Amino acid sequence: MSRLLPVLLPLFAWAAVSLSGLVPPYILPAPQAVAVTLFTDAGVLWPNLLVTLSETLAGLALGLVLGLAAAVAMTLSPRLGRLAGPGLVASQALPVFVLAPVLTLWMGYGPGPKVAMTVLLVFFPVASGLRDGLEATPPAVLDLAQISGASPLRTLLWLRLPHALPHLGAALRIAVTYAPTGAVIGEWVGASKGLGYLMLMANARMKIDLMFAALVLIVAMTLLLNLGTDRVLRRARM
Amino acid sequence: MSEARLQGRVLLEGQELVRDLDLALPPGWTCLLGPSGAGKSTLLRLLAGLPSGARLEGRRIVPSRIGWLAQQDLLQDRLSLAANVQLAARLRGARPDPARAEAMLTAVGLAGRGRERPEVLSGGQRQRVALARVLFDAAPLVLLDEPFSALDPATRAGMQALAHAQLQGRRVMMVTHDPAEALRLGDRVLLLRDRRLQDLPPLPPPHPRAPDDPELALSAARLLAHLAEAA
Repeated sequence: MSRLLPVLLPLFAWAAVSLSGLVPPYILPAPQAVAVTLFTDAGVLWPNLLVTLSETLAGLALGLVLGLAAAVAMTLSPRLGRLAGPGLVASQALPVFVLAPVLTLWMGYGPGPKVAMTVLLVFFPVASGLRDGLEATPPAVLDLAQISGASPLRTLLWLRLPHALPHLGAALRIAVTYAPTGAVIGEWVGASKGLGYLMLMANARMKIDLMFAALVLIVAMTLLLNLGTDRVLRRARM
Repeated sequence: MSEARLQGRVLLEGQELVRDLDLALPPGWTCLLGPSGAGKSTLLRLLAGLPSGARLEGRRIVPSRIGWLAQQDLLQDRLSLAANVQLAARLRGARPDPARAEAMLTAVGLAGRGRERPEVLSGGQRQRVALARVLFDAAPLVLLDEPFSALDPATRAGMQALAHAQLQGRRVMMVTHDPAEALRLGDRVLLLRDRRLQDLPPLPPPHPRAPDDPELALSAARLLAHLAEAA
């Protein structure tokens, strides 16, 4: 029950505000009206949810692979690490979503820019998180590698990577939270499909219930992704 | 050749840490005593070829394989005990040999526990697995950096005897700050003080001496008094 509180509490607050009549329904529709829309407009909502979900998952997978590869490459090649490392740290401070219009300009209205936006949001936390983890191996453990004459690759696989797994776990949790945001922002900038597109379209047509239904689905999707990731990571002791 | 020798002088940030060094390790146990900060561990790390911050001006002759047992057991939590035993060899690029790993675990008194994880072990048992890791790699030179100092006295005495029995015939050098430990195990006892290595008289064989050996107790007490006087 206490685990549901973070979901139930905002829901109650939402219901209370809309019941009080202080806010007109075209600004904040009642939760029950949105719930009804989730069913009546399921035919519109579900296909768009699938679009956003597949963009999110594709971006996550690609961003993850690229992030892992970048972190491993920088650890195996200290020169590359010295060259690209500071940029990686600095990139954390950049609001990469300002690139969304540029990506749309370059890649068109298809799924490309949405996936690219998600990749950008996933890549940096994964790459810099894993790299920090790979650099944080206790020196005494590395003594063992050095005295055994271990190659950088074996040191990475047997010692550095296992010690970096908690760092990677933390980075993955962040990445999974960011990923749907990347897809939705991409859809806001220019799309003909997806929940982000649906939100803007519903807003323009004054279908506020539908806009909120899409919003609820985005939040639910993000929470479920998070929950699933957390389960898997816990099982892997990350 | 499995000769092990360190000659020359050791410099730390331009300052001389050890001078007129000529340390040749014969088969058997060489125990190195000395006050904190004298450079005992630095010397051991130089011999091991590990980063130490210090620089050797001279010669270092060591076999290609060196066993390493530090105060930390360096067991990897995500690996089974059998995998931990094989870790140093695997890092070197050796093929896995689970049967031999089990044999090494048996040798240190942990028979049949290869599938367990380090987290279920006590501190003493963990250090036994670390010893099994050294045994598995079969290095002719074994370097020990205060490997037993974190153990309780009874466990420590048991570990000393076990390590001595299992490392029979190899060249072993152990850094310790416990005079009793040095005398109990050492065929040779060295003291690093005032930038020089000096030989202290070891106890005559057999080693290891029993923990309740009166000669050991008396000599250790005398050596402690001697060290305290000089400190």
